[in-house]
Amino acid sequence: MTDSPTPEGGAAPLHDPAPPSGRRPGRPVSKRSTSGFGRYLCKHIGGAAVSLLLVLFSSFFIFRLIAGDPIDQLTKERPVSPEERAALRAELGLDRPMWQQFWDYITGTLTMDLGDSFQYRRPIFDLIVERLPATILLSGTGMVLAVLLGFWIGTRSGWRQGSRFDRAHVGTGLLLYSAPTFWLGMIVILVFARYLGIFPVNGMRSPNTPPDLWSQAVDIGHHLVLPVLTYTAVVYAGYLMIMRSSILDEIGNDYLTTARAKGLRDDEVRDRHAVPNALLPTVTLVFLAIGGVVNGSIVTETVFSWPGLGSLFVQAIFYPDRPVLQALFVLFSASTIIAVLAAEILYWFIDPRIRKS
Amino acid sequence: MTLLEFRDVHVTYTGSRGRIPAVRGVDLAVEAGTTVGVAGESGCGKSTLAMAVLRLLPRSAEVTGEILLDGEDLLRMGWGRLRAVRWTGASIVFQGAMHSLNAVQRIGRQVAEPMLVHDKGLRPAVAAKRAEGLLERVGLPPSRVRSYPHELSGGQRQRVMIAMALACDPDLIIADEATTALDVMVQAQVLQLISGLVSERGVGLVMISHDLSVLSSVCDTAAVMYAGRIVEQGPAHEVFARARHPYSAALGAAFPVIGDPASRLRPGGLAGDPPDPTRLPEGCSFRPRCAVAVERCGLESPELLQIGGSRSSACFVAQEGEPVVVG
Repeated sequence: MTDSPTPEGGAAPLHDPAPPSGRRPGRPVSKRSTSGFGRYLCKHIGGAAVSLLLVLFSSFFIFRLIAGDPIDQLTKERPVSPEERAALRAELGLDRPMWQQFWDYITGTLTMDLGDSFQYRRPIFDLIVERLPATILLSGTGMVLAVLLGFWIGTRSGWRQGSRFDRAHVGTGLLLYSAPTFWLGMIVILVFARYLGIFPVNGMRSPNTPPDLWSQAVDIGHHLVLPVLTYTAVVYAGYLMIMRSSILDEIGNDYLTTARAKGLRDDEVRDRHAVPNALLPTVTLVFLAIGGVVNGSIVTETVFSWPGLGSLFVQAIFYPDRPVLQALFVLFSASTIIAVLAAEILYWFIDPRIRKS
Repeated sequence: MTLLEFRDVHVTYTGSRGRIPAVRGVDLAVEAGTTVGVAGESGCGKSTLAMAVLRLLPRSAEVTGEILLDGEDLLRMGWGRLRAVRWTGASIVFQGAMHSLNAVQRIGRQVAEPMLVHDKGLRPAVAAKRAEGLLERVGLPPSRVRSYPHELSGGQRQRVMIAMALACDPDLIIADEATTALDVMVQAQVLQLISGLVSERGVGLVMISHDLSVLSSVCDTAAVMYAGRIVEQGPAHEVFARARHPYSAALGAAFPVIGDPASRLRPGGLAGDPPDPTRLPEGCSFRPRCAVAVERCGLESPELLQIGGSRSSACFVAQEGEPVVVG
């Protein structure tokens, strides 16, 4: 380089540099960008709020329409007098007019008072708080593994489309993807728990584990392996295929030729240039997955008797425990809606092109 | 000193339509400190030729012959050596700067990247500082290093591409339709910038364009390509002022002369399309569109031969000393 380095004073911008982001609203430079972000934020929060309200309303009516009269179901096994039925109805608050029940449901849900479970006769809120950690442990671990594995393989598959690596991984991934979860779960249990006996059959803890933190953690980890394996094996191919097609969309773009011409190695061209561009369209998907962590894998939890929200949901269907179904339905939907909202907000920061429009 | 030399270069693509010869035997030399223009219609093989220099063509392209950069054959280099030569020996100003820049990386990082790739000991802060200096050199505010490509205008992006091409101080710069997408004012500025760099730093420049006015204002020598071959070569102003091949003459006549209303009302276009490279005509490939063709043109293919002074032409009529323009 023959030119001398630019002196500090010479670097003074002739006009505003583009604001780096909308995160510093106090700075006059980024004023326009902030109002743009404000509009963007309002638009998406508004959309999410409408969706949440629709979910809240429909949850109330759907389960009343499909579940029939809960008193019939609760008293099915034994003969009851009309007085007892009326008493039960009053106890559950079902004797009040529909509009009042609706009002109680709406105000209750908004203040985190989800009512009592028919089955457990306990506050639903407590049930959810008890079971949420188990679900997050199982589907959170599984989701992270599936996304990392899927993206890692998908990147390499797409980059070398048609190679032996690509064909082998797409084949394996799709085979597992199309396998029913309960079937795969049972095979995993048969092989690893029954025949090899190296992992427990089901549940999350063994009853006779010492109470210290380390032994408990090892015990839970030991129980976690098979359900996570099953969950990951079934879903990772989805991330693989999305990342693969996203990479394929980038291949052949001129900026990759530029990168190659600059003298970058093939893997540097892929990792520094193709992957960041290919990741953009997958952000929504990852956030959908994060939202899906709460509802977890209902089938996996059931097969492995994992004490999470998924198995709570299945029990509630069989009982049928209408308030629990209603609450979980709202929770599952809300977590997805909020995750998608978070993805939209994140796009503002990671895709510089959105800020322009 | 000859900086870049093409020796009988052929490029053949293999696709679903069979083998497509895109470049068919090109010989061309570029001296240090000079500018060589390559002109021709879309599809005549000029961009393929440019991409062949750094071996950036897709795998389906087969390149034969020799491409010597400073005496070293690029086509027979190992991958490691080739990567080292890329951007330090020769760099390219790509056409379509919007797509040739990475949309999600800041300008500064993209300009500094080749410096860091080729000099492992270079500190990123130093490279960033140099990137600012390069932007300043092409007439952009140094603060633009923090911008993303979409925040710049087309002319600014093209300047970024030029700054990027200068990053590793290459001996040779290839400008592939570098000014085609720009409006005339910006185009003039960018051209001035490019030719200033050539005279100031003694680099060799290969300028690829379909726009003869651009080439004649910047280049020392010019080569006109048709259907994968050079059909005429010589000092740029002579080639464009007094063509010695009917194709160059037609290409020149397609641009109206400013200040000459007669030429504007009578643009001398060329009827027909370039030949399908999979089914080239017998003899001279320009014959079906040629107004001065003689019987011999349909029988054998003319070689590019010297026709007095520093000029060569691949036209039997011109080689006989006859004029190649009718009417």
